[in-house]
Amino acid sequence: MIEVSHLTKRYAGRTAISDISFSVARGEIVGLLGPNGAGKSTTMRILSCFMPATSGSARVAGYDVFHQSEEVRRRIGYMPENNPLYTEMRVREYLKFRARLKGLGWRKSRERVTTVMEQCGLEEVSRRVIGQLSKGYRQRVGLADALVNEPELIILDEPTIGLDPHQIRSVRQLIKNLAGKHTVLISTHILPEAEMMCSRMLIMYDGKILASDTPENLQRQMAGNSKVIAEIAAPAESLRECWTQMPEVEQFDVSASEGEFQRCALTPRDGLDLRPIVFAMAKERGWVVRELTRNRHTLEDIYVQITRPDEEEEIE
Amino acid sequence: MKIFWALMRRELSAFFFSLTGYVVIAAVTFLTGLIFKVLIESLGGNPFPMPVTQLFFQTFLFWMILPLVTPIITMRIFALEKFSGTFETLMTTPVSDMQVVAAKFSAALVFYMVMWLPLLGGLLIVRHFANQPGAIDAGDLGGLYLGLFLVGGLFLSIGCFASALTRSQMVAAVLSLALGLSVILVSYLSNQASLTGWQAQVLYFFDLQSQVNDFVRGVIDTRTVIFYVSLMSLFLFLTLRVVESRRWK
Repeated sequence: MIEVSHLTKRYAGRTAISDISFSVARGEIVGLLGPNGAGKSTTMRILSCFMPATSGSARVAGYDVFHQSEEVRRRIGYMPENNPLYTEMRVREYLKFRARLKGLGWRKSRERVTTVMEQCGLEEVSRRVIGQLSKGYRQRVGLADALVNEPELIILDEPTIGLDPHQIRSVRQLIKNLAGKHTVLISTHILPEAEMMCSRMLIMYDGKILASDTPENLQRQMAGNSKVIAEIAAPAESLRECWTQMPEVEQFDVSASEGEFQRCALTPRDGLDLRPIVFAMAKERGWVVRELTRNRHTLEDIYVQITRPDEEEEIE
Repeated sequence: MKIFWALMRRELSAFFFSLTGYVVIAAVTFLTGLIFKVLIESLGGNPFPMPVTQLFFQTFLFWMILPLVTPIITMRIFALEKFSGTFETLMTTPVSDMQVVAAKFSAALVFYMVMWLPLLGGLLIVRHFANQPGAIDAGDLGGLYLGLFLVGGLFLSIGCFASALTRSQMVAAVLSLALGLSVILVSYLSNQASLTGWQAQVLYFFDLQSQVNDFVRGVIDTRTVIFYVSLMSLFLFLTLRVVESRRWK
């Protein structure tokens, strides 16, 4: 559905994206993940034909975004960052206008507007002025607009930014429901969000794509180096001795917790999962364990890890 | 064409759904009302050698209204869309740049013409109370509105161009005010300067005031019409190039 090869975009004196290549298959939901300024919006703007790339090529549904831009635009639904809308228009009127712009006939646009309003839960505000709607509703209007022409590809730039948790949940659900019927490209900087919605993630940093995999695989790769936290009721001295003797533990840190419990942070060697070993050891010695967890990685860890030059190859 | 109408309807509704549109119409109606006060005062006294409509263009109020009001109509047109980001949603639908420019300009022109409708009422009142039946005839009125249309079209196209250049409505307004006023100043220059040769000929075409005076007397000079239409097209063409420029910038 999307074929991007060696795409580069330079603004005056600054390279926004440099030589990126990726492809997205039909029906996939792909998350474009990265910190601010990583080049997510630029990539999306090029794909939606709003501006051309400096070099390289991008094709959507087999059409070139620059040379066959009209064909591409007919097939996409794009919601830019901050979801700009005509605030003086009413919801239904706005969606109908957008449907007409996207080339739908009079009857067809009426039909589609009714469908997407139902899909996005907008019926009760259909006659309200957009400027007076809450942010959550506005976001849904933006989504409804992106869906109105039944596009093959939906591009959503930060669709959940600035929403409250409840609204985020409903928008996510909405996007999840699109799976299968449409190809979706979403940008976000919230990792759990991408994990929840996407079948694949592209991690961008500083204009480059550093990793591209399913959320599970990325987590697995990350998990190798994740610490295990164990709270065990035992004398600190014997714990230290025990960790030193254990070959699987590369590094450890023991600190006092409440009562007789000691909090141990253990770094495994060779990406092993330490939890069963720790449990077995505690059982053998008759120690009480009250916590045994493996740190899940946050997006920050992933960025830090990926952008550390020596580990870059390993992840790609 | 379907898309053009959809776009134009939206643009027009933006004028009429916002307070700005009504304030502009009210202000212009108020000012033309003032002009009429002047007109009727003059008519009440001595007999007048020229049609009322011509007098309208000769009070300098009209030449003040025009460059002040047209930037207010057009400043929004591209600048606001760029500022609020709707330009991005607009240009990523399968519309052509040409359709967008044409629809926006036409909507501004339609609004501008609607803005002058109350003037018609004023003129009809004058006609009703004037003793001479020939004070205002259909030809005069037609000429007057054709003049308003052509001069307005030129100023609005300048305004569109200015608005396409920037994200700030203020900058767009000031820019089109400056451009518009310079056109008018050049036209005054052509009235006064004692130039000869090609300079005089060029300036002759810029003499907006006497050209419009011809119109309201019912004399339609095709050279003038062509002059206005071609200048209007030039500015619209420039606007189109500016809108397209995001593709090669």
